Amino acid sequence: MSGPSDYQPSNPALQWIERRLPIFGLIHSSFVAYPTPRNLNYWWTFGAILSFMLGIQILTGVILAMHYTPHADLAFKSVELIVRDVNYGWLLRNMHAVGASMFFVAVYVHMFRGIYYGSFKEPREVLWILGVIIYLLMMATGFMGYVLPWGQMSFWGATVITNLFSAIPYAGESIVTLLWGGYSVGNPTLNRFFSLHYLLPFLIAGVVVLHVWALHVAGQNNPDGVEPKTEKDTVPFTPHATIKDMFGVSCFMLLYAWFIFYMPNYLGDADNYIPANPGVTPPHIVPEWYYLPFYAILRSIPNKLAGVIAMFSAILILCFLPWLDSAKTRSSKYRPLAKQFFWIFVAVCILLGYLGAQPPEGIYVIAGRILTFCYFAYFLIVLPLLARIETPRPVPNSIADAVLAKTGSKSTPMVSTAIVLALAGALFAGSIDSAKAAEGSDKPPGNKWSFAGPVGTFDRGALQRGLKVYKEVCASCHGLSYIAFRNLAEAGGPGYSVAQATAFASDYKIKDGPNDAGDMFERPGRPADYFPSPFPNEQAARAANGGAAPPDLSLITKARSYGRGFPMFIIDFFSQYQEQGPDYVAAVLQGFEDKVPEGVTIPEGSYYNKYFPGHAIKMPKPLSDGQVTYDDGSPTTVAQYAKDVTTFLMWTAEPHMEARKRLGFQVFIFLIIFAGLMYFTKKKVWAESH
Amino acid sequence: MTTASSADHPTRRDFLFVATGAAAAVGGAAALWPFISQMNPDAATIAAGAPIEVDLSPVAEGQDIKVFWRGKPIYISHRTKKQIDEARAVNVASLPDPQADDARVKSGHEQWLVVIGICTHLGCIPIAHEGNYDGFFCPCHGSQYDSSGRIRQGPAPANLPVPPYQFVSDTKIQIG
Ligand code: FES
Repeated sequence: MSGPSDYQPSNPALQWIERRLPIFGLIHSSFVAYPTPRNLNYWWTFGAILSFMLGIQILTGVILAMHYTPHADLAFKSVELIVRDVNYGWLLRNMHAVGASMFFVAVYVHMFRGIYYGSFKEPREVLWILGVIIYLLMMATGFMGYVLPWGQMSFWGATVITNLFSAIPYAGESIVTLLWGGYSVGNPTLNRFFSLHYLLPFLIAGVVVLHVWALHVAGQNNPDGVEPKTEKDTVPFTPHATIKDMFGVSCFMLLYAWFIFYMPNYLGDADNYIPANPGVTPPHIVPEWYYLPFYAILRSIPNKLAGVIAMFSAILILCFLPWLDSAKTRSSKYRPLAKQFFWIFVAVCILLGYLGAQPPEGIYVIAGRILTFCYFAYFLIVLPLLARIETPRPVPNSIADAVLAKTGSKSTPMVSTAIVLALAGALFAGSIDSAKAAEGSDKPPGNKWSFAGPVGTFDRGALQRGLKVYKEVCASCHGLSYIAFRNLAEAGGPGYSVAQATAFASDYKIKDGPNDAGDMFERPGRPADYFPSPFPNEQAARAANGGAAPPDLSLITKARSYGRGFPMFIIDFFSQYQEQGPDYVAAVLQGFEDKVPEGVTIPEGSYYNKYFPGHAIKMPKPLSDGQVTYDDGSPTTVAQYAKDVTTFLMWTAEPHMEARKRLGFQVFIFLIIFAGLMYFTKKKVWAESH
Repeated sequence: MTTASSADHPTRRDFLFVATGAAAAVGGAAALWPFISQMNPDAATIAAGAPIEVDLSPVAEGQDIKVFWRGKPIYISHRTKKQIDEARAVNVASLPDPQADDARVKSGHEQWLVVIGICTHLGCIPIAHEGNYDGFFCPCHGSQYDSSGRIRQGPAPANLPVPPYQFVSDTKIQIG
């Protein structure tokens, strides 16, 4: 992309094409011979990482679209069916959902790097602005993608975000109606979001081409911020940058795989495993972590229109960065004051993100306002001022000089920055949890689950006993509608044979029809049938249960959670603790107490439960000692029942969990070996250039 | 670039490059599998393709019914004596896809012809009781099948396939 090239392929067939379409010359000059500054550090590999993530997102997205149904009544179910029934559907879905977060991790690193090293400065302003456009498109795409599973957070996120536009004076209401295609968020909204979610990534890819083009015209910036002058300052893109980028990508893949295989729900929200319900808003609406700083800014401003303006300005102000920071020295390496303010700015962004996940009350509001001020002050006061008053340190004459000087000094600021960023990521991610700190309830005690940890598997005995408890106790009120009888015989499940599952199914009466006469009829269940629900519809369930419909239990252990708080959620990332749901379910089953403590009032028709948020639960104590007989000699106590049925419900929530962990182990072994090989290859290649 | 100086110390370095390249190739190929495998029928589709039972008692002689199994139309014809005789009378060797009628029905139940109603030419659904052979006629490109579902005339290369089935009782079959 840097002008016509004199490259000629040696193969005559390729020469023939080259004369008519000089595409090989273009590729050669852009990605092979292209001179890249020799002092680039690993922060520069994030461009390649981002391209990789865009490719992964498009690939997995196109595939998910083959199985997904964009309809308000079917979307949630179709996502569950992808995860449960499609071959490797769980993997593809995790890759896509986690991939979105990884994409944002990479883009934030990429952007902060650009700010730190002054990569937006002359002559790279257009390059930078194109990057901001990509970022905006990513945010729109990410938001619409989050709506598609049509869970509670999807629905209410869509409602809140589209309502931002209602702040526009006069036209606001009509614009929102236009966005919805109705009088509220509904099926037309979901359909158009699906369409646009499919379209936008290709627009992103298009702008990425422009971004790379602009990059190749202006040339890459580098950590020292001096333009390459001679041959000695650069190395050819291939193999040097290619191999280094690939090493960067393979390291990034380790992080990515950690989430895909071991913490797939860490970055998500438990509420999104509850199907969208237009009648109930979750107690805390929290956007995905990557929007949190802007969400905090929105909430800090007490005026609706001003809040929305502030939020959008916080992003758009980035476009003006090249003119707000007019300092001649590019790299913060040589700007002692700018460097410090940069790190303060990073901290401000992280803290804003943390606040975005907290309930908007008390100290959080005040802190949010202060940090919002700091955010804008960095752009509008600090940077313009620094450009005028700061005396930068002398910049090296050339990149080659800088490289030579560096080999002498041992300073590695990268380590500290890496730690800051790792902390930042964990803080961001975990702050979602802390936002949901269970109010008015005790923290569920932790249990030892057989399925916890990187190699955990389901205890078959517990699964079988849990199924019995479900069938004899829970099933009278709670459905299990995503589980088919055939699942009972599948690998990684309760370990029944196909014949046993068939026999189990035939005990059930399944409504089928219409027959040739047009009548519905009942027949014995078959393996392909799903567990029948105890009530024909939600209204009936509600009417029969004092106004509270008993939730379907298929996903209950993933749809319930409780706040872990700081710093637990950071530790959880490393310990792979993700059993909040099971702990909560087991605790609620055992949390009933006849004696209501002093000061707590339980309304008529409700029961006191120590662990239920608000303590008043509509479900009467379901389990008592000796209620279900076990034939394997396990104790018939409430504690054992609770543990068994929770294990069973963890399996119903994720039938392929064992496959996920098993494949994860294999992938990790491979990635570690591969990253090691890449590292040594990279070292070899670079050693030869010195 | 990488090959230029390989003469200096070829073995160790080349081994490294080959190992890395091989690991990348193996990993890439393995990673491809889920993306291909997901195109196959999912578990629910496979489960829904389980055998079905069909009650034959309402089907009178000379009538036929169409049922669906795995999304495919299955013709079940209650053949008349005439149809059976015609099917048995032909010289099997003269047929484009030679197959005797008794190989296409269950012995003892010769009156029942069970075939997958998908034209072996390009997949249209032939119409029963039409054409010159007292069997099926495909309107798409004019293939004609006889009363045993064998191809007699037209572009289709093969007989209508017989799905796996058995008689559970005299009036009930299980397909699949
Ligand atoms: S499809 Fe039947 S004749 Fe062509």
